Amino acid sequence: MLRWFPALTLVLFLGPVVAGLVGTWVPAFGILPTLGAMTPSMAPWRQLFAAPGLGTSLALTLGTGFAATLVSLAIVVGFLASCHGRQPVVLVRKLLAPLLAVPHVAVAIGFAFLASPSGWAVRLVSPWLTGWDRPPDIATVPDVYGIALVCGLVLKEVPFLLLITLGALGQVPADRTLAVARSMGYGPATAWLKTVLPMVWPQIRLPVFAVLAYSLSVVDMALVLAPGTPPPLAPRILRWFNDPELGRHFLAAAGACLQFLLVAGSIVLLYGGDRLAARMGRRWIAAGGRGHSGQIARRAGMAAMLMVFAMGLAGILGMAIWSVARRWRWPDAFPSVWTADNWTRQADALAWPGWTTVTVAFAAALIAIALVLGCLENEQRNGVAPGSRVLWLIYAPLLAPQIGFLFGVQVLFVSAGLDGTWAALVWGHLLFVLPYVFLALADPWRRLDERYARTARCLGATPDRVFWRVKLPMLLRPVLFALAVGFAVSIGEYLPTVFAGGGRFATLTTEAVSLASGGDRRVIGVYSFLQALLPWIGFMLAIGVPAWFYRDRRGMKVFAN
Amino acid sequence: MADGTLRLKDVTIALAGQTLVGGLSLAVPPAQVVTVMGPSGSGKSTLLSWICGSVDPAFAISGRVELDCEDITGLPPETRRVGILFQDDLLFPHLSVGENLAFGIPRGIGVGERRKRVREALAEAELSGFEDRDPATLSGGQRARIALMRTLLAEPKALLLDEPFSRLDAALRDRIRRFTFDHAVERGLPTLLVTHDPDDAAAAAGPIVEIDIASC
Repeated sequence: MLRWFPALTLVLFLGPVVAGLVGTWVPAFGILPTLGAMTPSMAPWRQLFAAPGLGTSLALTLGTGFAATLVSLAIVVGFLASCHGRQPVVLVRKLLAPLLAVPHVAVAIGFAFLASPSGWAVRLVSPWLTGWDRPPDIATVPDVYGIALVCGLVLKEVPFLLLITLGALGQVPADRTLAVARSMGYGPATAWLKTVLPMVWPQIRLPVFAVLAYSLSVVDMALVLAPGTPPPLAPRILRWFNDPELGRHFLAAAGACLQFLLVAGSIVLLYGGDRLAARMGRRWIAAGGRGHSGQIARRAGMAAMLMVFAMGLAGILGMAIWSVARRWRWPDAFPSVWTADNWTRQADALAWPGWTTVTVAFAAALIAIALVLGCLENEQRNGVAPGSRVLWLIYAPLLAPQIGFLFGVQVLFVSAGLDGTWAALVWGHLLFVLPYVFLALADPWRRLDERYARTARCLGATPDRVFWRVKLPMLLRPVLFALAVGFAVSIGEYLPTVFAGGGRFATLTTEAVSLASGGDRRVIGVYSFLQALLPWIGFMLAIGVPAWFYRDRRGMKVFAN
Repeated sequence: MADGTLRLKDVTIALAGQTLVGGLSLAVPPAQVVTVMGPSGSGKSTLLSWICGSVDPAFAISGRVELDCEDITGLPPETRRVGILFQDDLLFPHLSVGENLAFGIPRGIGVGERRKRVREALAEAELSGFEDRDPATLSGGQRARIALMRTLLAEPKALLLDEPFSRLDAALRDRIRRFTFDHAVERGLPTLLVTHDPDDAAAAAGPIVEIDIASC
């Protein structure tokens, strides 16, 4: 039975992605049987290119996507290069988890609360510094250039890239390499860039591509932070899909295909840039420049990272404060009257979306864990060595833009009679939960000393017994951690809920997005803070339960990752 | 006719086209310790993994292994009844000392009897009352004794020792060696030891087989 797991996983996981792409490309050429359209035509594309302001949308998309990716990468690389092995890295490592767990939408709303003209940042310095006694009349969130969107994306992507890079650093002899380079007279940051970065880069390249793909096609954050007339391409496509006039579906499908091409082309471009940078980098390395003491670089690197963490955490704090504020007049730094009413008054409205959010997230994460464990166990028992191609497959739903295939997934669900069901919702989420669960669990699972399993077999235990009694209990912490990762990913999903749920399900994320455009900051604070809180609770349980369970087992501490 | 002997017949081990062990045949009678010596990389550990049925599929291995006149070559490890001890004790860190021992006891034996066997095994290892202890709090010598008792509780018909004494410090090594060999001999187990320590071989007081890296 175990042998079926990889095939089952691929069907459940890549099936909808492939079907979704087909189901998006075909309507883009005028064919959509459910609407009775059977004649191929180029009309959707003509309509797309005639859409007013398409050029602005594309420029916004490309500008914000590349800016967010390159700025995030520069902050992470600059910080680690200049501060390697120092106190700030230790500190950042500790603060990383809470920022990672926060859903994209909550980060966006937190940033909006912070950076809008009437937001917390201006309040803290007004009127004593700015002289303003009323909110300045300038558009900061959203702004016409999409700078707010870039900032929001950077706040979310820096922790992710930091996690990946710290993980990669743990697998290379970074300290010894640096010591050798330093002993040859290289400055600390220069030594890191010339010797350590080339070693870790192969492991962070794919995640950087995923960041680019995500930034180019983000919808939920763009709805909160990006300008609306016209918006970037991805949210604009969603608007077309949601248009009550069904004929717009063809236009939307063509737009989704353009989005796909845009992301594919951008990844190729970045790949080319990577090749070019590598060639120039080799010349730079061979030239033998020693660099300087790295003092200035260290200050800049630390300042940039500090900004990211401070703004990320302040955004969450701001939401929490708004959620318990009764009166918070401008420009007071804090509310003058506090209350729990915002929560009690919203309790009824929160109950149903909250329940949907938690049950869907838990179901998707649990299914993902079962599939991943089945695949990993099959790999070990049947000696199937995983190739690097598998990793690309796993990353496929992260590299392909969600808006580029989710419409096709919806078409698939409609023809299967599944659309708008709870099962479809879980399945839709599973597509994006599974890759993260796999990435979180594969390494610890494969790293477990295989002699434990061999010893158990030679003591008379069957492979199943070894799995349940030896491997699973020993890896309880990484398994629960991966479960929490999946839970957190599902909580933050926006588009899969919109498409697979057929508009019949509201989650905290979809509610937060629709409230964010107008509405009362107190109510938005309640929704978005709760949305940020749920993943935290998941991670606390994932860390706390095994720690309590194995409190008397000192040997289990090594399995705490 | 069942004679309790562990027999290897014409065993050849190759990795990526290179022969590590060529045509090895030997017989280990009950209550005797046979020592296989050879440099690291000579395939000694692979030989033991293959005998207990958990060898890495990357190795190409031919030949047969018989235990008690029964061909066990193709059997899964859990049905071979061949116990193995590695360099590290590999006590399960998530289980208590008592649970580690109970893991070895065959299934289908009642709770009371299991508890009794654990108690007896601990007494034999001079660790009475250690049932609920965390294995991580034990000393190296204590852990080594528990690992042996766990293997013996699984009622093996042969014992394989993969340099189990090499990680112990010199003072302890001698005592644990004695403890292990005495128990193996007392139970009449055919025992195969691989090592590169001549002292191990001398203490085993049995035949010694040298394997070199076979020429191609």
